[in-house]
Parts: sequence; structure tokens; C-alpha cells
Amino acid sequence: MPEIALNILDIAENSVRADASLIGITVSVQPEEDTLTVSIKDDGCGMTPEEAGKVLDPFFTTRTTRKVGLGVPFFKQAAESAGGSFQIDSEIGKGTEVTAVFRLSHIDRMPLGDISSVIHTLIVFNEPVDFRYTYRYGEKSFVLDTGEMREILGTEISFREPEVSAFIREYLETGKEETDGGTEI
Amino acid sequence: MKSLEELRAIRAKMQGKVGVRAENENQIRVVVGMATCGIASGARPVLTALSDAVQEQNLSEKICVTQTGCIGLCQYEPIVEVMEPGKEKVTYVKMTPEKALEMLRMHLLGGQVVTKYTLSAVQDGLK
Repeated sequence: MPEIALNILDIAENSVRADASLIGITVSVQPEEDTLTVSIKDDGCGMTPEEAGKVLDPFFTTRTTRKVGLGVPFFKQAAESAGGSFQIDSEIGKGTEVTAVFRLSHIDRMPLGDISSVIHTLIVFNEPVDFRYTYRYGEKSFVLDTGEMREILGTEISFREPEVSAFIREYLETGKEETDGGTEI
Repeated sequence: MKSLEELRAIRAKMQGKVGVRAENENQIRVVVGMATCGIASGARPVLTALSDAVQEQNLSEKICVTQTGCIGLCQYEPIVEVMEPGKEKVTYVKMTPEKALEMLRMHLLGGQVVTKYTLSAVQDGLK
């Protein structure tokens, strides 16, 4: 995968499949510490310690359509090959948290990519799931909480309505721009 | 900073206009594979292109774009499946946003399957 954002999409799809009702996604860029940290935390079904150990193995998957499961190994490799670290914590019945730290200035760090579009895709195509997305750059931060949006919109207006969908996209894009000042990451 | 308050205005404007969005039987279902294999081969822009086009052209009554997991044909991703009531499922493989829009125009609107992008065409080509 060429972008960190696409890895985030892939890992968050795992949370959706784990029947999460709330998925928290945090992207924190800290130029002073030279880190880019991604955390994806869900309240889905979680995994046993054995399963949590096995997801790092590319030849483990719960799918029956194919024999390999590369999502988590890809993300781990991307972080570690950029001088960073990777951690997965899971508890059955409680949920799973995946954290990846990248060295921001590392030559092999893949670009963040189009994170606003990825978050937009996740929100619009997984409407029953609540998302809480936090984007930090240095001291500044921006939060989008679909629970708050749902409260304003009521239950009968879908996030897929063109006007709502366009609002979400613009909200994400301007929020990011105001947080990082348009820096290429 | 854009404010969530804008949603209040959207809500007020849409009050009463929101029809029943329940899936009707005649709707065409367009499904994009969005597992690791799909995402890694570029399924996200395909999904966005299709869903944006459906919204822009006011086709959401007729066409429903959704996502699915892996159907086991990872080497052919991005895959788009078209399920039309009363017709056989059509599987499009190795899609791009451009091919997807062409498929929307020719197949979903024009009723003409774009054979060259289908799984069977690609598999026949290998024989």
C-alpha cells in the first residue's frame, strides 16, 4: 500500500467487521518529536491473546475466501521500516487498539496520503458505526465526531445524502488544513 | 473553521424532502470489494468515483453503491459486481475510476454490459 491513509482504511475495516459501534481514529503528527502516530481503537468483539499474536502472521486470517491476511502485517512493516514501532492490544469482548508510530523524517516513511477522503469513505459507507476522528499537528488539533453530527441531523437524514456527504468532506478538508497549515505530510 | 451548525441548516432544508430510502426491489446493487486486496489495488478511488457519480446524477433511487470484503479473486482487484434484479450478476475486474464511470454510463444507464472489463473476458484472454 502506497499511503498510510490506505492502511488506516484497511485496519478500520477490520474494526467494522468486528462489529464495533465506535471506532476512534487518531493521527498525530509531531514534528518536534519527529513522529507520526496512528491509533485505531474499536469496541468490537476483540481477540483472544492467541489470535492477537497470530494476526501479525501473514498466513493467518479468519476469512474463508483466501488463506492470507496481509492488512496488519503491511501496517506493521510500514511502521517498522520507517524507524517506528507497532503495537496491537486486544481483549475479547472489549475491543482492539492498533498503534503504529512512524519516524516522520525517515526516508522510507510512506506519505500520509489522502486521509480526509479515507475518513469520509469510512463514515459514509459505514453509517451504523460511530467514528471519532482526531487529527493533531503539533499543539493544534481537529476532531470530527459522527455522534455529534447525528445529534444535529436526527436519525432520518443519511450521511449519504449528497449535501451531507459534501459537508463531511469539506469539514474534514478544512479541519486538516487549519490544523497543519497545508503542510505536505 | 467550518461549523457543525451548517448541518442544522441542511437538516431544516431537507425536512419533509427525505423520502423513504428503503432499498427497493428494482434497485441495481453495485458492490466494490474493499478488503486489503481491493484497497491495495486501488478500490477506494473506484468506490468514490461510483458513489459520487450516482449522487451527482441523482441516481440513488435506481442505483445503490456499497462495499464488501474479499470474494477470493484478489489477483483481479479492484472488483466491482453489478447485481441487477432478474439478471445474472456481472463481475468487472481490474477496475479504475475511468473504467467504472464508463461502466456506469454504458451498463447501469445504457443496459449494455461492458464485456471487455468483465471477469469472463479477462479469463478467456488468458486461455
